[in-house]
Amino acid sequence: MRTPILEVEDLTLHFGSIAAAERVTVLVYPGERVGIVGPNGAGKTTFLNLITGYLRPERGAVRFWGQEVVGLQPHQVTALGVGRSFQIPQLFLTLTVRENVLVALAIRERRGWTSFWKPLHEASRVQVADEVLLQFGLLGQADRPAGELPEGGRKLLDVAMAFALRPRLLLMDEPTSGVSAQEKFRVMDTLVAALQEAGVTSLFVEHDMEVVRRYATRVLVLHNGRILADGVPGEVLDDPEIRLAVTGRR
Amino acid sequence: MTHRTRAVAWAALGLLALAGTLLPRWLVFLLALALAKGLAVLSVAVLMGAGLVSFGQGLFFAAAAYAAGFAMRGWALREALLLLPLGAGVAVVLGAVVGLLVARYRDIFFAMLTLALSMVLYGVLIKAYAVTGGSDGIRIPAPTVLGLQLSGDDARLLVYYLALASTAACAWAVSRYGASGFGYLAQAVRDNEVRVAYLGASPNRTVYATYLLSAALCGLGGVLTALNVGHVDPGLSYWTTSGELVFVAVLGGTGSVLGPLAGAVVYELIRSYAFKYAPYAWQMMLGAAMLLIILFIPGGLWSPVQRLWRRQAA
Repeated sequence: MRTPILEVEDLTLHFGSIAAAERVTVLVYPGERVGIVGPNGAGKTTFLNLITGYLRPERGAVRFWGQEVVGLQPHQVTALGVGRSFQIPQLFLTLTVRENVLVALAIRERRGWTSFWKPLHEASRVQVADEVLLQFGLLGQADRPAGELPEGGRKLLDVAMAFALRPRLLLMDEPTSGVSAQEKFRVMDTLVAALQEAGVTSLFVEHDMEVVRRYATRVLVLHNGRILADGVPGEVLDDPEIRLAVTGRR
Repeated sequence: MTHRTRAVAWAALGLLALAGTLLPRWLVFLLALALAKGLAVLSVAVLMGAGLVSFGQGLFFAAAAYAAGFAMRGWALREALLLLPLGAGVAVVLGAVVGLLVARYRDIFFAMLTLALSMVLYGVLIKAYAVTGGSDGIRIPAPTVLGLQLSGDDARLLVYYLALASTAACAWAVSRYGASGFGYLAQAVRDNEVRVAYLGASPNRTVYATYLLSAALCGLGGVLTALNVGHVDPGLSYWTTSGELVFVAVLGGTGSVLGPLAGAVVYELIRSYAFKYAPYAWQMMLGAAMLLIILFIPGGLWSPVQRLWRRQAA
């Protein structure tokens, strides 16, 4: 039997009377690309926040490779091998694009506080950073401040930083939101190619059904904090009831 | 550190070394004070690099100065090269305890908490008269450096060169820190804490470590100030002392190592001349100078130089 990389069991959290997560139970297996869809307020981002320790559930368990992570802080969950990117890119805007990735690499390579005293721009580290930037098509902009990147570039850098940590599991919150219609497939092609090459399992929250259909191997539908459907994108997204719940249209 | 910064730093070091023999004694004394205070200002700049403004660095400034004072009087320890690490050590130990609390706060909460803690020390120094001498403080004898004991003006000159060497060493260390992974991590915390956590590093622990570094720097500045002045008093921990350090950091600019040090020298010069020529309006003149800097060079005195270099490099 395959071992799940992520086990979520009976996860529950309420904000007042609103159910942000209601007995959510999911198993994610290595190599899967799980698209998470649902209407606004369905609890998609909350789900990511619960997995990564940003929010603490009222009840339930989250296990990464069998290890319980509820109660850990985001930096501790991340250090276990769970990367995350954000709907609104979270960058170090005063640092250059390359330095953003270098900081991620420096944290990943950490062996006690002493290693932090070495220069950030060590030749070997810069080489690795440039490889990551090349993979994400950002090498040409490496010396620009991250704050000067266009939205599509910011999205890619946001994921590139999480990717530079060499996570086993990558959680992405709306990787194509704010990216133009022409750019979104290029962004997703780049992301998926990088994930496949590195063998990273991923969960991504997405509003764009076309993107989910094209890139997810499995889709989870959330509605009012509950899992409404879980299956192959073609089948799930063709169900008129599900479509109505997610998009408001049959 | 760029080649230019290094060149300027070496030139400044050379000039300051010459200044000790060429300038009148009162000016050398002023420079020694400025260098000692420069270290404390540098400690403020290091915290600002992590996005934190402390209005309580007087805590470390005073604690280290008093530690040196007690060691000199209680243990007859006169060797400056032992007093400096002792003071820095006391500041770091104090920072390690206090930091457990303050490293969890940011912005105005961090500023006010640090201010409150330095005022607690002020209160203790004032009230514990039997130990601290109350508001009179403690007189401190001239130190020895590597066993060398001088008196009068020569002793002051010795302390000046001690301050110069210490400041130069610390400036070098802080510039190394700025280019290190640790220095960038502190900047990253300033820019975006959430992201730092999601890269696997603890923002609070980063702030804590930065706080300890700043405590050590400020402690060294405190000991040097005490050795210079020959006297410590509770005023070192008063909030206006801490505020002055922030003032000078903003005056000089916090984007580099040389900015805070240059700011400290300029500040001491403006202050003493303003005090000499306008004894009733010197604070107003300092205020006016600050206003002009905020309006016309918001990055601090050193920022136009940095901008010029960057433009030439590009």
